[in-house]
Amino acid sequence: MDLTLTDKHRALRAQVQGFIRTHGQDSPKPGGGRKRPDSKTLDWQKLLIEHGYAARTVPRDYGGFGVAPDVLDLAVIAEAFSHANLYQGLTNQGISMLVPTLLEVGTEEQRRQWIGPTIRGEVIWCQGYSEPGSGSDLAAASTRAVLDGADFVVNGQKVWTSSAHYADMMFLLCRTEPDLPKHEGLSYLLLSMRTPGIEVRPLKTMTGRSEFNEVFFTDVRVPAQQIVLGRGKGWHVANITLKHERLMIGDAGKMTHRLEQLVALLRSTTTNGRPLIDMPEFRDRLLKLQGEVLAWKAHNLRLLTEAARGEESGVKRMIVKYGGTTLGFRLSALAVDALGAAGLAFESRGETAEDDDATTWNIDYIYDVGLMIGGGSNNIQKNIIGERGLGLPREPKVQAASTIAPAVAPAAITQTAMTPAAMTPAAMTPAAMNRR
Amino acid sequence: MDFALSEEQCLFDTMLRGFLAEHLPLERLRALAEATPGFDKPLWRGLCELGLQGLLVPERFGGSGLGVLDAAVAAEALGAAVAPVPFIGLAMATLAMMQAGSPTQQDAWLPRIADSEVLFGVGFAGLAGQTGAANATLADDRLSGHITSALDCGLCSHLLVVLGDGRMAIVETDDPGVRMTPRPSLDRTRPITDLAFDNAPAELLNATLDTALRVLDAGRVLLAAGTLGAAQTMLDRAVAFAKERVQFGRVIGSFQGVKYMLADMVTMLEPCRGLVWYAAYAQDARNVRDAGPLEARLTACHAKAHLGDVARDVSRMATEVHGGMGFTDLLGLHFWFKRIAFNRQILGGPERCREEAAILQGWAA
Repeated sequence: MDLTLTDKHRALRAQVQGFIRTHGQDSPKPGGGRKRPDSKTLDWQKLLIEHGYAARTVPRDYGGFGVAPDVLDLAVIAEAFSHANLYQGLTNQGISMLVPTLLEVGTEEQRRQWIGPTIRGEVIWCQGYSEPGSGSDLAAASTRAVLDGADFVVNGQKVWTSSAHYADMMFLLCRTEPDLPKHEGLSYLLLSMRTPGIEVRPLKTMTGRSEFNEVFFTDVRVPAQQIVLGRGKGWHVANITLKHERLMIGDAGKMTHRLEQLVALLRSTTTNGRPLIDMPEFRDRLLKLQGEVLAWKAHNLRLLTEAARGEESGVKRMIVKYGGTTLGFRLSALAVDALGAAGLAFESRGETAEDDDATTWNIDYIYDVGLMIGGGSNNIQKNIIGERGLGLPREPKVQAASTIAPAVAPAAITQTAMTPAAMTPAAMTPAAMNRR
Repeated sequence: MDFALSEEQCLFDTMLRGFLAEHLPLERLRALAEATPGFDKPLWRGLCELGLQGLLVPERFGGSGLGVLDAAVAAEALGAAVAPVPFIGLAMATLAMMQAGSPTQQDAWLPRIADSEVLFGVGFAGLAGQTGAANATLADDRLSGHITSALDCGLCSHLLVVLGDGRMAIVETDDPGVRMTPRPSLDRTRPITDLAFDNAPAELLNATLDTALRVLDAGRVLLAAGTLGAAQTMLDRAVAFAKERVQFGRVIGSFQGVKYMLADMVTMLEPCRGLVWYAAYAQDARNVRDAGPLEARLTACHAKAHLGDVARDVSRMATEVHGGMGFTDLLGLHFWFKRIAFNRQILGGPERCREEAAILQGWAA
């Protein structure tokens, strides 16, 4: 254990603080997100990469800053930005999920083509995973891709596709080997959203915005070399991506920032002339949340250390999405309660303009519910934690492993977890039944 | 630059847990719980051979010269085994001596701690959120008054008494001016003792409020570590039980009702390990990441409070997963449940610790 700030870290912190003094006024407002970055955000992102405050560990060959991962470097940068209430750079599905996936299993050509423009925010990606018939049971995906000459021809439908209405590219999980068992029949393709045959229909959500979409594919042609890792390897690739998504969603830095904003809110909001932070009912909720945020922050240091050492974090990583999203919701819930009746004025200005503070908190509060569902719902996370993390047996299967759900079958959204691990056979034997 | 236990700390942990598993089977624990004062002498002697008593004592006084983080690793292992030993009280007395003892006092006391010649109990007359009597007064090196529910006084030879203003004093337990009344404790493996002083001779340390709070914070972090160990054992046992117990033709761990409870428990508990490490590290580093001594105080308060709350939920849910068996005395699960309940209240419960955290940050007066 060594969290000593070396001269190197102190120099980095001074450098970040200097950067903030010089450039801070150019920062977009933090939070919000979930829209195509405007030119202000793109300029900011470019500046952050140049200084190594974004894409810090992405190799220089691919457009990143290219330094070795250091737990404290990241913490020093994040804390300075969070404290100054500045935008810490883009976090979207391309940057947080596709880039690490390509770094792990992409070809050299794929890395060179996509990582640079993605980290700069020039290319926006969406994730083609969920389907009407395969939500939590993701491996049942039935969107087909058939090889025809040099192209795959894609037909089917995706749903809950965040940012598809403005994305340039999609990473798509589709079925290329229909005769193989469901987990072995999937492939992972990269395709342009401008390809003929793609229709995007926005879905309005409970925030009042259209954060995600339905995407329909009719004879969409995708060059065969745009496959990642190869035919039948889609499930493996998708799980690499999901691992990064869950870490993104449960991000401890975001929680720390939110807690700081919450403290400011409880100090500045008054009722009968009394700041809320003076009221034990509010203060106690804040302190409980602070304790939890500190725990997740320390947990995050552990995960970063293990990742830097190349160690598998197992259940420690699996709990991040479930724990992080429920804590995030409770943080925004306290903000909404602090705002009280005055915070009920909800004037969302859509995806192109910045909202007022109360509306931003309310959108966070509502959006957090979506985060508990997206990226593998929290009930699925609990299956994964229980089964893969703690080694508990799965629920007995209702459908055979090779059965693929039809394209539209809401009933097929079951709670099957994402591992092919078989249920412990001993659990069903008479001997086991008589054991007690 | 990393946030993980060192190889030496992991080896120490493994050795300690191996020793405890061998020397403290459930039958032994049960027998000890029947007898007062909840102190396993042979076990403690064995642990002393491993160096536990002198863990924090600097090497020049015959100890190992390790830090609060190492002590937290030990406290977690002891909590995991619900070991009936007075490690935390002794650790607090050692820290008090190191931080507030004069060179003469350190020369006199620290080698005796390292040689297992002396054992310390700890009583707070203020500062730690007491609910019972805490009215000891000190005048002309004489101590008078009462302290309820003092820690680790089982078979101690001396007491570290901390007064409300931060002064600290050492008192010999066999002085006629000291009366110790052991009370049957909820946690039969940890004694609590009511102390009465009548003009008892007291050896004063050169303590300020700040040093007293450092001793208190370290004690809180070690209690949090012990709670973490106890809660982890309860979770591990619940998982093992859920993989074994069959109902309706299936092991109960395959039912989502049970599986989700276990998933909730690990999601709550695992981040606590990082918090305990961080809080312990902050005690040693004092100026962790240039955040100043406030960070050490704040994280000690939060570690104690948060572990108290999380472990309460884990202890309740782990018992529930065991069903009727969990409620019986047979499995002995209640020893861990009670250790968690005990640690929660000692040196201030979560509410008290959070109130201190609020004051530290200027959120409350």
